[in-house]
Amino acid sequence: MSSRETILQRLRNRTGGELTVPACDFSVLERPDWSTEERIERFEKMIESVHGEVHRCTEDSWMDRLAEILSTRGARNLLVAKSHDIGQSLRNAGRNDLPELLIYDEPIESWQAHLFNEVEASITSTRGGIAETGSLILWPTVDEPRLMSLVPPVHIAILKASELYTTFHEAMKAQNWAAGMPTNALLISGPSKTADIEQTLAYGVHGPKELIVLVIE
Amino acid sequence: MSETAEHTGHHIDVKQFHPRAQAAIQNPKIRKNFRSAMDGLMAKRKAAFEGWDLETLRDLGANIRMRALANLPDLLEQLEAKLTENGVKVHWAVDGDEACRIVTAICKARDAKTVIKGKSMVSEEMELNHYLEHEGIEALESDLGEYIVQLADETPSHIIMPAIHKNTGEISQLLHDKTGTDLSNDVEYLTASARLQLREKFMNADVGVSGVNFAVAETGTLCLVENEGNGRMTTTVPKCHIAVTGIEKVVPTLEDVTGLLALLTRSATGQHITTYFNMISGPRKAEELDGPEEVHLVLVDNGRSSIYQDDELLDTLRCIRCGACMNHCPVYTRVGGHTYGTTYPGPIGKILMPHLIGLDEGRHLPTASSLCGACGEVCPVKIPIPDLLVRLRQESVDGDKLHPAKVRGHGAKRGTMEAMIWKGWAWMHASPGFYRFGTGAASKLRALQPASAGAWTDYRTAPKLAAKTLHQRMKERGQ
Repeated sequence: MSSRETILQRLRNRTGGELTVPACDFSVLERPDWSTEERIERFEKMIESVHGEVHRCTEDSWMDRLAEILSTRGARNLLVAKSHDIGQSLRNAGRNDLPELLIYDEPIESWQAHLFNEVEASITSTRGGIAETGSLILWPTVDEPRLMSLVPPVHIAILKASELYTTFHEAMKAQNWAAGMPTNALLISGPSKTADIEQTLAYGVHGPKELIVLVIE
Repeated sequence: MSETAEHTGHHIDVKQFHPRAQAAIQNPKIRKNFRSAMDGLMAKRKAAFEGWDLETLRDLGANIRMRALANLPDLLEQLEAKLTENGVKVHWAVDGDEACRIVTAICKARDAKTVIKGKSMVSEEMELNHYLEHEGIEALESDLGEYIVQLADETPSHIIMPAIHKNTGEISQLLHDKTGTDLSNDVEYLTASARLQLREKFMNADVGVSGVNFAVAETGTLCLVENEGNGRMTTTVPKCHIAVTGIEKVVPTLEDVTGLLALLTRSATGQHITTYFNMISGPRKAEELDGPEEVHLVLVDNGRSSIYQDDELLDTLRCIRCGACMNHCPVYTRVGGHTYGTTYPGPIGKILMPHLIGLDEGRHLPTASSLCGACGEVCPVKIPIPDLLVRLRQESVDGDKLHPAKVRGHGAKRGTMEAMIWKGWAWMHASPGFYRFGTGAASKLRALQPASAGAWTDYRTAPKLAAKTLHQRMKERGQ
């Protein structure tokens, strides 16, 4: 008998009694219906508590803010999406206060060393956010691959205030995740961190050292 | 377990609990490192649940886990079907050794020389690293705590914070000796050095191995909870990703994950959520630019299906590996994780490990508790740990075999002398004449009673027999 059959058979023919299936009431996860303003405030508070940064912007101002953020950090380049509006508008803006714009448009194998060693910042979109925990929802795509939000030391994410949910439970239901998941989906709640050395927090251990969120209102 | 121990030579004798506990209690560094860490974790957990209806949330957690366990075989099949549909290859292993063989075979089929590993307790159970090394494959831990423990050639002393037994000075010395970094008490510097060392390894590793926190049957999704990003690196950068998990980690729906995640990180480290919550549902698709080409899941039984047979012990399988029980255990806090000599230390280890290694090996584990109940009170999925400890204690000394044994080594702790005393006790209480004679004689000869009664009187004064028996006194009162 295969291991699979052995295990399943042991589980199916258990010696104990019939197991009861309890009902699960998820209402304990619900929060009052926060206004957009309350959600932004909570999101900001939570993400700042873990060393992230939030900048409140508008459709017209975010690019100026981005340029400022990158120039104060002296970033030499910025990884952007090829097709997404964010990448397109940055490339079409013709601004000279932005660093060199790089595009992630070929398989990682051909430029892994460059991504790991040379790229200083990236900008991605999000699929919304979660106010309660200060989390960003990312579903990487062909246009915005997984490593964009992981390898560069600075990750900048754009979050539309209108897509900010109160809880993870609410976001998952509203976006109907159960209908089908992408190969990889993520919640990101701050820059990479560790407390493995004597409980002392240190940021940027393997992933980005900085997480900067531009909230578009 | 004994087989996996053989191939490594790293086995710690579980039976030596008492000498190790003595040594740990007398080691001020261990006492201080654990004490300060656990005090901090208790305070953080409390703060993280402020404003929550914690009891109702724990009920939800327990119900979610129980519902999953009630349908376990069906859910495993559903998970397998869904993952297969998503392009993930599913393997089944009855024990740790088989799981190691499966992982090795996948590595060899890809001609892999190096494996980078995310944190996984089930891989510790399997002693996977030693197995791979034995097979000529280099396995490197990428979680900073695990990396430190691996450099020191030790095992994790806590399931969430593997290197909690070491302070900054010790870690600095270790990194200096093993990797050549400068000696420093600057945690930022030490962390940055590890980042540099491990980045190279992530880029060059042939295979990434990770654990799984929750496996969702409905969508075929493997969920990973982590802060460092090493888990994402491990599961994204190498061309092949192998996830290993105990068969109990499956849950029916994605919705279930929201309830468990809310409990897990708050209970473990007092965080509202971790930095990364990674949901993997398949390998890289043809048009995608990164991610592994191959994803495998190894479902490991290793004793779990035997725990599943018993209605009471089954509760152990609800565990979501948060570590809150050890953070709140007065015994764990004083002796540290290595004292137990088992993969899982602390209260959960004391009820889980006897299943895996038998009560003969693990006879001291259920008694390494003051039964204060803190572990049961903080458990996010309401595992009745103290009740199970009592049950296992009973089984370990149960000489008359009244209880049908589910755990190997039934009665292992029962000594011949103890068995004789209880036999004599039972016989005396069933024979009225001998009982009166016996108790009367004991009262008269009470001056001869020894002052010591074994381990009991090491820290206590022995109770004295009364001058007269209860029967004699009642008689004198004319009743």
